[in-house]
Amino acid sequence: MDVLQLLVSGLANGCVYGLIALGFVLIYKATEAVNFAQGDFMMLGAFITLGLTNAEYMHLPFWLAAPLAIMIMAVLGYLLHFFVLRHLFGQSQTAVVILTIALGFVIRFVAGVIWGHEPQTLASPLAIGDLRLGGVVLGLADVAVIVVTVLMTLLLYQFFQRTKLGLAMQAASQNQMAAYYMGIPVKRVQGLVWGLSGATAAVAGILFASKGAIDPNVGLLGIKAFAAAVIGGFGSLPGALVGGLIVGVIEPFASRYFAAGYSQIAPYALLLIVLVVRPHGLFAQVRIKKV
Amino acid sequence: MRILFKTSYNDDIRLFPDRWVLLVYGALLALAFALPLLLDEFYIGEVTNVLIWAIAGLGLMLLTGQTGQVSLGHAAFLAIGCYSNTILIEMGLPFILAFPLAGVITGIVGAIIAIPALRLHGIYLAIATIALSVLADDIIVLLDPWTGGVSGKFPEMITIFGLQVERWTMPVRFYYLVLAVTVICTLFYRNLLRSPLGRAFAAVRDSEVSATAMGVHILRTKCKAFGLSCMITGWAGALMGYYAGAFNNETFSLVISITLLMMIVIGGLGSIHGAFFGAVVVAFLPQVLSILRGAVLGGGVAIPGLETGVFGMILILFILFEPMGLYGRWLKIRIWFELFPFARKDMFRRQKSYLKTERLR
Repeated sequence: MDVLQLLVSGLANGCVYGLIALGFVLIYKATEAVNFAQGDFMMLGAFITLGLTNAEYMHLPFWLAAPLAIMIMAVLGYLLHFFVLRHLFGQSQTAVVILTIALGFVIRFVAGVIWGHEPQTLASPLAIGDLRLGGVVLGLADVAVIVVTVLMTLLLYQFFQRTKLGLAMQAASQNQMAAYYMGIPVKRVQGLVWGLSGATAAVAGILFASKGAIDPNVGLLGIKAFAAAVIGGFGSLPGALVGGLIVGVIEPFASRYFAAGYSQIAPYALLLIVLVVRPHGLFAQVRIKKV
Repeated sequence: MRILFKTSYNDDIRLFPDRWVLLVYGALLALAFALPLLLDEFYIGEVTNVLIWAIAGLGLMLLTGQTGQVSLGHAAFLAIGCYSNTILIEMGLPFILAFPLAGVITGIVGAIIAIPALRLHGIYLAIATIALSVLADDIIVLLDPWTGGVSGKFPEMITIFGLQVERWTMPVRFYYLVLAVTVICTLFYRNLLRSPLGRAFAAVRDSEVSATAMGVHILRTKCKAFGLSCMITGWAGALMGYYAGAFNNETFSLVISITLLMMIVIGGLGSIHGAFFGAVVVAFLPQVLSILRGAVLGGGVAIPGLETGVFGMILILFILFEPMGLYGRWLKIRIWFELFPFARKDMFRRQKSYLKTERLR
């Protein structure tokens, strides 16, 4: 029963990593850039929800505040692309990497100024109540996380595979020039992706905040989500989920069965092993460039 | 307007292109030597800090600016340099042996780590090195018997042939030590760029495909770049240990890695000047901010995270408007004066390239 409990709570944790990783993968899939600020996006989404919901701020009902926060984050993501990232079009990936890292710094600073550095809890209806199945105890928030993550992954997967916009996004990432010639408004499509990833980050943030306290440094969780995204294969949405689950599960098991220090190391050690053995992740399909 | 007329290959790779440049750098070095006479001890300490950051910047610049490999894990190598230096001295080695050896050890570790990392490109390498940076923190704690774990270590006083050097009581001597290391590292870097290896680095950065076609062994070159970069970083780490006076697992965190990368970007990627310009910004930004904050808000008002926030904003502005960094700006100003009536606005315009991925889905 002990193992089962560890497994289930690990899966719930892993789903949060998976959700953040989804945001990475979305952007990578559609713009071939990596948003190193995704974890901070998540933190910002959580704090916006908190600002709308909690009694000492706006005090809106949660079910109104949550969609509102998701929408705000989507708009923020779009605006960010419009005002900042658009101007990097045609520059090296390194520039985007460094820019998004810097963006993470700024977001953390701004959130710290607005909401303070103390850990706060979101007044979420999900935070109350447990679910008991046999001997396994699972918080309602954990259930919500798992359900929403699986739903989002399926939805986004279908979006990229079936819809015109999703295909346009993939085309725009594979060959920008050719996509442009085929009539795809590359920049606008990329802006939409940033919006979408902002919304995903907000969902992750709300679910994460329902599970426990948040403070501006929570965004550093994004680094663990990176490990998840890379383990899954950076270009694959189901891969992000699987990677997140692996990272989520490996942590409690490492801390249970090894010495204390090793649970921190385990996800990154796994990441390094995966990178060495399968440099493009478990679910990636890569074609080698010939010329 | 100065005209450099090159008649042979040797003219192209000379250490100093002409006498004027030699004179300028000679004057700069003389100024650096005379600095303790001009400044009081507090500012000497600050300049020492700048120089140490510059050495670390040179180390990362060799990898990121020259070879095009983004590393977010150089704090780990700073830590290796710092700890190996301290441990070697505790084992009884004199500083004069332990210090170079610490760099060499860091370099070897870097080259070994590079072997698996070499299979990774761009983003993947950045992420693998992030993992390295995060791992270093925990590994230092796990290696408690050697590293002192969370409680940390204090580096012993440096003794060079009976001459004692210490950061707090004798900042001037420590300054000269750091200056010597800086000059050696800079000359090493500059000469490396003149050598076939340095040119291979640039070839790998600009295009791996064409570098292979020219007969450059990509993996071996990257491995050497990693090793040499880590060697310089190791020395910087050892000096940082002395400068801080005490260090533990949290001293060399991921934030240091990121700061280092940001620093060379602000300074200007791929130039020696860039490392120094960036170091000046990183070392003096906190002071400037605290002075500004005092002027605007009055003293005593602390805003946590202000430094990193402002740092991030500066960086975003640089990436957007001056991708070549401070060095690029300086170059533009200089060339404007050199070409005075003939300088044109679009001389430095970057060519846009369109992206074509190797990924299927």
